[in-house]
Amino acid sequence: MKPFDYSRPAEASAAVAAVAGDPGAAYIGGGTNLVDRMKLGVTEPTTLVDVRNLLSDRIEELPDGRIRVGGAVPNSDLAAHPEVRRRFPVLSQALLAGASGQLRNVATTGGNLLQRTRCVYFQNRAMPCNKREPGTGCSAVEGYGRYNAVLGASEHCVATHPSDMAVAMTALGARAHVLGPAGERTVDLPGLHRLPGAEPERDTVLEHGDLITAVDLPHLPLALRSTYRKVRNRASYAFALVSVAAALDVVDGTVVDARVAFGGLAHAPWRAHRAEEALRGGPATEEAFREAGRVELADADTGPDNAFKVPMAVNTLALVLRGLTDEEAR
Amino acid sequence: MEATITLYVDGGRHDLTVDTRTTLLDALRDRLGVTSPKKGCDHGQCGACTVLLEGRRVVSCLALAVAHDGARVTTAAGLAEEGRLHPVARAFVDHDGFQCGYCTPGQVCSAVGMLEEVAADWPSHVTEGLDAPVRLSDEEIRERMSGNLCRCGAYVNIVAAIREAAR
Ligand SMILES: Cc1cc2nc3c(=O)[nH]c(=O)nc-3n(C[C@H](O)[C@H](O)[C@H](O)COP(=O)(O)OP(=O)(O)OC[C@H]3O[C@@H](n4cnc5c(N)ncnc54)[C@H](O)[C@@H]3O)c2cc1C
Ligand code: SF4
Ligand code: FES
Ligand code: FES
Repeated sequence: MKPFDYSRPAEASAAVAAVAGDPGAAYIGGGTNLVDRMKLGVTEPTTLVDVRNLLSDRIEELPDGRIRVGGAVPNSDLAAHPEVRRRFPVLSQALLAGASGQLRNVATTGGNLLQRTRCVYFQNRAMPCNKREPGTGCSAVEGYGRYNAVLGASEHCVATHPSDMAVAMTALGARAHVLGPAGERTVDLPGLHRLPGAEPERDTVLEHGDLITAVDLPHLPLALRSTYRKVRNRASYAFALVSVAAALDVVDGTVVDARVAFGGLAHAPWRAHRAEEALRGGPATEEAFREAGRVELADADTGPDNAFKVPMAVNTLALVLRGLTDEEAR
Repeated sequence: MEATITLYVDGGRHDLTVDTRTTLLDALRDRLGVTSPKKGCDHGQCGACTVLLEGRRVVSCLALAVAHDGARVTTAAGLAEEGRLHPVARAFVDHDGFQCGYCTPGQVCSAVGMLEEVAADWPSHVTEGLDAPVRLSDEEIRERMSGNLCRCGAYVNIVAAIREAAR
């Protein structure tokens, strides 16, 4: 690991100034992704600015029904919070499907959103990777492809986003509060994470120095009936091959409203607008659920290693929506 | 780059100067001679380095020592009181919850932290319904302990040990 300076500013503005003014600087939250990458030599910051004690670790209910999650709230605390469990089961379940108890106790909201891909070539400095070293090529296109994206990829990068939490937040339409050198702004999910295009080195729309201070969960009664389903190589403690975050409102056998996002399919958590559109106003039947999945995956681009993801995504979506329909009927 | 920090480990105070790159695990083992937490993978994947940090279970290999200046750390060795094994450690012995023992200090710390989480009614991935109280079935134990790998495969006895300690 390369030597680095470490600081723990008391004010957010000082933290932003320290990172924005220094191309070699990085924020550190829980460190569970960053320190791992630093050990691998994949990321080599010369200055770390610790924001874990600076950002809020509180979960607050706002008067208008939103819930504000501080940037430093540990994943465990967010998953266990009574109002999050009640109003956003999809989010609790997504968090609990990720990593391990030890890691969730440390991982922060901000750090989880900005964790980087687990693409094996990105993590191996000996291999070409456009995300790690722009212009060197993408080893995954012709290489090990089981985790590769099937939607929205480019010739430059076929990596997938690893976060479970972000998939749930993308389905919910969460809003990130960002403090940058020019002041505060908000960035909505979907919209925070980007597709690779010709710049796979950029995971998100954020600029160097932008600090995620909090995330708002919207007032969304639809989410009362929501769930997260993750399919992986083993039953626990593995990244998603495919995951589905969904919320559904069915009245008299008709879908009134739906929210769907997929994990494991793309460079960003994938909000399934087309599937939602197909579901709305239609019958809450197995066939309609499958059709919505097929519509969303119509443009999927697959190779021999990851073609399984298309039927897996369609089947998992149908399973999840059927479960939510049965729950509604009870 | 160096920094001077204080760590409270298993009840004792330690002031030390560390390179900023030092993980909490390396500070404990190499600087303070506290060898109860083990280094398995050094990448957060195996749980051998699990300690209780301010009472919560964490992997110490991905924590930077400088980021935890002033923290209270409890290792498996520090769980013993007046020379008597902690009930969870005792249960591991009684149920042969190990073979080589390398993963054991991490398993024990993880189990102690996990039982606190259950007592606080935190759900897990396998908990049926997020509003129901948690009942610690074997399935729950397995899921909640999935961050601790055992290369000897002593899992069946580890589950039995934790089941008993939870009673
Ligand atoms: C073995 C293992 C298994 C895992 N399994 C899963 C899994 O199944 N599902 C899953 O979703 N995740 C998984 N993870 C990843 C884990 O969820 C992330 O490591 C964690 O959420 C990152 O949070 P952190 O606070 O530790 O981030 P850090 O490591 O501190 O930071 C991550 C990145 O975000 C930046 N950053 C941190 N905070 C901020 C902020 N407030 N504003 C702006 N930038 C910031 C940092 O500079 C860094 O680039 C796993 C990790 C490990 C090690
Ligand atoms: S898929 Fe993306 S991250 Fe993986 S090797 Fe290709 S460019 Fe790098
Ligand atoms: S050594 Fe820390 S998790 Fe393996
Ligand atoms: S007892 Fe040998 S690794 Fe677990």
